[in-house]
Amino acid sequence: MRLGLILSEVGHGLRRNVSMVVSIVLVTFISLTFVGAAILLQQQINQMKGYWYDRAQVAVYLCTQYDVGGNCNSVEATAQQKANIEQVLKSAVLAPLIQHYDFEDHQAAFTRYQKQFAGSEGTSFVTPDFLPETFWVNLKDPSQSDAVVERMSGVPGVEDVVDQRKYLQPIFDALNAASITAVGIAGLMLVAAVLLIATTIRLSAFSRRRELGIMRLVGASNRFIQTPFVLEGVVAALIGSVLASGAIVAVVKFFVQGYLNAKPSSTPFVDLGDAFIVVPILIVGGAGLAAISAAVAIRRYLKV
Amino acid sequence: MIRFDQVSKLYAGNTRPALNSVSLEILRGEFVFLVGASGSGKSSFLRLVLKEENPSSGQIHVLGQNLGKLTSRKVPYFRRNIGVVFQDFRLLPQKNVFDNVAFSLQVIGKSKGFIQEAVPDVLKMVGLAGKSGRLPHELSGGEQQRVAIARAIVNKPSILLADEPTGNLDPATSAGIMTLLDRISGSGTTVVMATHDAGIVDTMKRRVIELVSGQVVRDERKGGYQTHAVPIQRQEPPPAGVGLGSRL
Repeated sequence: MRLGLILSEVGHGLRRNVSMVVSIVLVTFISLTFVGAAILLQQQINQMKGYWYDRAQVAVYLCTQYDVGGNCNSVEATAQQKANIEQVLKSAVLAPLIQHYDFEDHQAAFTRYQKQFAGSEGTSFVTPDFLPETFWVNLKDPSQSDAVVERMSGVPGVEDVVDQRKYLQPIFDALNAASITAVGIAGLMLVAAVLLIATTIRLSAFSRRRELGIMRLVGASNRFIQTPFVLEGVVAALIGSVLASGAIVAVVKFFVQGYLNAKPSSTPFVDLGDAFIVVPILIVGGAGLAAISAAVAIRRYLKV
Repeated sequence: MIRFDQVSKLYAGNTRPALNSVSLEILRGEFVFLVGASGSGKSSFLRLVLKEENPSSGQIHVLGQNLGKLTSRKVPYFRRNIGVVFQDFRLLPQKNVFDNVAFSLQVIGKSKGFIQEAVPDVLKMVGLAGKSGRLPHELSGGEQQRVAIARAIVNKPSILLADEPTGNLDPATSAGIMTLLDRISGSGTTVVMATHDAGIVDTMKRRVIELVSGQVVRDERKGGYQTHAVPIQRQEPPPAGVGLGSRL
């Protein structure tokens, strides 16, 4: 009985303010889509970090006879130096950080080079002795590469120590910037959505002020008076968040999975599973935000 | 039933209080006229009884409750024991007579069965038995006020507050409304009515409380609109048959 009454009040309110309700739906739709996109971008960043950081190695390049930089003096690293370098890698300081390391000699580096740059002009005149011998070091925790880089840089016979992660950093920075931008836009739009909901609810309450006055006079409880208005805001926002969820799922399905992932690539992309994590966040977040702003907006009419 | 102890009400931005140290007591079943010029504090008095306002100082007890200690969450439940009628009726224009009365029961959560039974009863009592399907604008002023009264008493309140209920009505219609209020009072409901209508007050010969600039200047049993005697500010003992037990 009471539920029916409340729901019919909600229906009346929504019908009375159709244009405002439509604008709430649109604004929450757009803002929550941005929120969802930001979350997806973060998920994408995390996935790529996990994927690439596991593969990123620290390369300890040894001197060749052509090198003058680092600790080299146009002298090829000697066997003794190599043994020393290996000794440092096995030392008590570095051993706990290192998962394993491989040594790549001139010939192996040349083979890999030819494979990687097959068809490019350089392969015709590059000879094995151009390419430095290298210790490829895999770390247990990629974020602790600094210790290895620092320790190895000073060792005689080492030309340079490179953490491959630094090549990835700009990509992650760009993705991060995009995600922060999305969050920023989402924040602004959410502020607009909250204000719009509050205004709509006030309008709705104003057009029903006679009923409200009588309800208060005859002793309707605050919750009874409040609920239809809160539900009105929640229903409108819910439509918006469902649309936003649909948009997020569609983007993942048709753009990420259908377009980006269609070409064979080693980069892992977010999948529908990730999108379905975002959906409840959007729906609960949208409805919750609407409920709070509507409840605050209607409070003035409940003062006794 | 209603007791004011040294109650003052000062509205923000006003130097003169709307009510100034008012002390009075209204007993169960009494019919009280509240008279005085516009701005003398009659409406403030009614609003304070209803706890629509809080007094600036002093204590108000209504129905055994100290209103100062009533939390705002409990105010709606407190108000269910008080009916209110206004000069401008305050009906919902898009609802018919039955629905207007039923609305006040619906919003406090009464069952459909109760409403189906109580509303026709109360409409019959106020003399609108055949008009439950009419919309307010299809009714005369007197009939609209009857609907408002029906709405106020359908929940069987202990107190009925009426703020100039005959202010918009012609004398003949007013007399009808007064008969109705008298009947309601006769059934045990305390009626407090603010009015400017001298004729009504003089005919009814009920207790009259006169306010001037927020102060009680007269509290007279069986008084008229204007007194010819020396103003009595002291309260008389309750009429015979009303013992102390019935106070509050």
